[in-house]
Amino acid sequence: MPAIAEAGPLPAVTPPAPPASFGTLALRWYRLNRAGLRATAIGVISLLAFLLVWHLLTTYRVVFFVRFTNVPSPLAVYASFTKAIHDPKFLMHILLSCRRIFIGFSLAAIIGVPLGLIMGRFKLVHEVIFPVAEVLRPIPAIAWVPMAIMLWPTNEQSIVFITFLGSFFPILVNTLHGMSLVDPVLVRAAQCLGARERSIFREVYFPASLPHIFTGLTVGMGVAWVSLIAAEMISGQYGIGYFTWEAYSLVQYADIALGMIAIGVLGLGSSLLIRGAGQLVMPWRST
Amino acid sequence: MSEVIANTSKGHIEVRNFSLAYETIEGPVQAVTDTQIHVKPGEFVSIVGPSGCGKSTLLNAVAGFLKPTTGIVTVDGERVNGPSAERGMVFQQYSLFPWKTVRENVEFGLKMRGMPRSQRERAARTLLGLAGLEAFEKHYPEKLSGGMKQRVGIVRALATGPKVLLLDEPFGALDAQTRVIMQQILTNMWQRLKISVLFVTHDIDEAIFLSDRVYCMTARPGSIKAEIPIPLERPRQQSMMMSSEFLALRRGLMSLIREESLKAMGGEINDMGMQGLSIELHGHSLADVI
Ligand SMILES: Nc1ncnc2c1ncn2[C@@H]1O[C@H](COP(=O)(O)OP(=O)(O)O)[C@@H](O)[C@H]1O
Ligand SMILES: [Mg+2]
Repeated sequence: MPAIAEAGPLPAVTPPAPPASFGTLALRWYRLNRAGLRATAIGVISLLAFLLVWHLLTTYRVVFFVRFTNVPSPLAVYASFTKAIHDPKFLMHILLSCRRIFIGFSLAAIIGVPLGLIMGRFKLVHEVIFPVAEVLRPIPAIAWVPMAIMLWPTNEQSIVFITFLGSFFPILVNTLHGMSLVDPVLVRAAQCLGARERSIFREVYFPASLPHIFTGLTVGMGVAWVSLIAAEMISGQYGIGYFTWEAYSLVQYADIALGMIAIGVLGLGSSLLIRGAGQLVMPWRST
Repeated sequence: MSEVIANTSKGHIEVRNFSLAYETIEGPVQAVTDTQIHVKPGEFVSIVGPSGCGKSTLLNAVAGFLKPTTGIVTVDGERVNGPSAERGMVFQQYSLFPWKTVRENVEFGLKMRGMPRSQRERAARTLLGLAGLEAFEKHYPEKLSGGMKQRVGIVRALATGPKVLLLDEPFGALDAQTRVIMQQILTNMWQRLKISVLFVTHDIDEAIFLSDRVYCMTARPGSIKAEIPIPLERPRQQSMMMSSEFLALRRGLMSLIREESLKAMGGEINDMGMQGLSIELHGHSLADVI
């Protein structure tokens, strides 16, 4: 059947380039990545400028609407950082917060994703659960603190519960949204290839919803940290939120900034982890 | 190859006393009425008609996605009451699974049938080879051109060895050159597999070039206006499209469709008006007229 072989307008295959010298390669790499390099360079300069402004504002104790009188300088924060990393108590605070996030967020994902998938597929489940979810959803996780303390026997459990609540609703809502956007033509395509309900769910609905599920996980992770820090500040013993609040009570101003920066870094790290997981799970979306 | 494609020389489609109405707020919308069509085993049949006349509706009923309001659809004497792998379908929007590679897309139907992995991988490679796509088996559909996507779509639909292949304007979104190549590929596959094909298009040349028989539908509510046998010999060559035989068929079908298209547009634009317009345009550039 020669017609097919000759017919296909196959895209031109570039012949293998002749081996290039290191210099040419470096130059080519530079040309291809010029935009990225530029962005990185400007980013570094911008961060340095931020540190410099911070340094000047605190060294000269500027008072201009806001008061920098008691704000620690970058150097003071650095000093307390070098002390803290050798302090097992500081590391324990961080470890405990991470554990709470891990348990609360994992539970939210393990319950929220399947629930969203099932709600998206079965009308009755949707009709029963959706109204309750809509009523509970606008209540910020922090507003649950007193109730959580009443509900759960230990402080630790109530904090994990708050973290869970914070991430649960974004995950559920985004999974549902993903399910509602599944292309019906793909479902039909699967059906006339012999797929039954179970396979359609596994082979079409689930992968088609994955991008939105991961949006939900990213948003959920952010809200989980917000909820956790608030809960730790209010009711905690231990945890990085508690550490930050305690630093204020104990008049250790440098530790306040250290706690804040630690929270920022942890939040960034966990959202990067989710993004990485997303790229692993959805190879068809990476360029 | 033979283990993939069984089921040849069967696939007798019969649509009798068929009508289908969609339920809407304003009441039922009659899409197709009083329609009888059939496709003999191994035959290539096209349906042409103005857009909105119910071609997709009819095809989707044969596929089993829609239930007829009256009448019956059978394949080899068995009543159609739901989609099945016996009736392969190719969609205009390609509808490949974006999360599956080209090969995984082709394997899908075999996987649903429970074929072991190594066996279906081999089968998919063979089929992709036939369509000149073996180099792209590991690509995701997003990276392919429209013509390649649709080749995968056709191969995917054929992989399970269906009795009939249903295509709904499969080349409608492709450019003219690619479309010609795709027609050639489809003809080749069809002749090789001796499968029955029901092909929906609004392109008259395409219908004549590909088919043994063409049904022409009326404007909505659609029914069969005419049934035209295409006696052109096979294998068909691109050069045949200039033959007097082809052009006569084309003229005939064109005037049938034209009548119905005008009806579909409400009949306000009559022939005289159209002629007047073309005379006025003569000798002027379009910009002058506007
Ligand atoms: N789901 C639907 N509900 C109501 N009317 C529909 C629906 N689908 C199609 N129609 C109407 O039925 C007619 C036939 O549609 P279709 O079969 O898609 O036409 P074609 O494929 O020939 O362009 C059209 O007029 C269309 O507006
Ligand atoms: Mg259509």
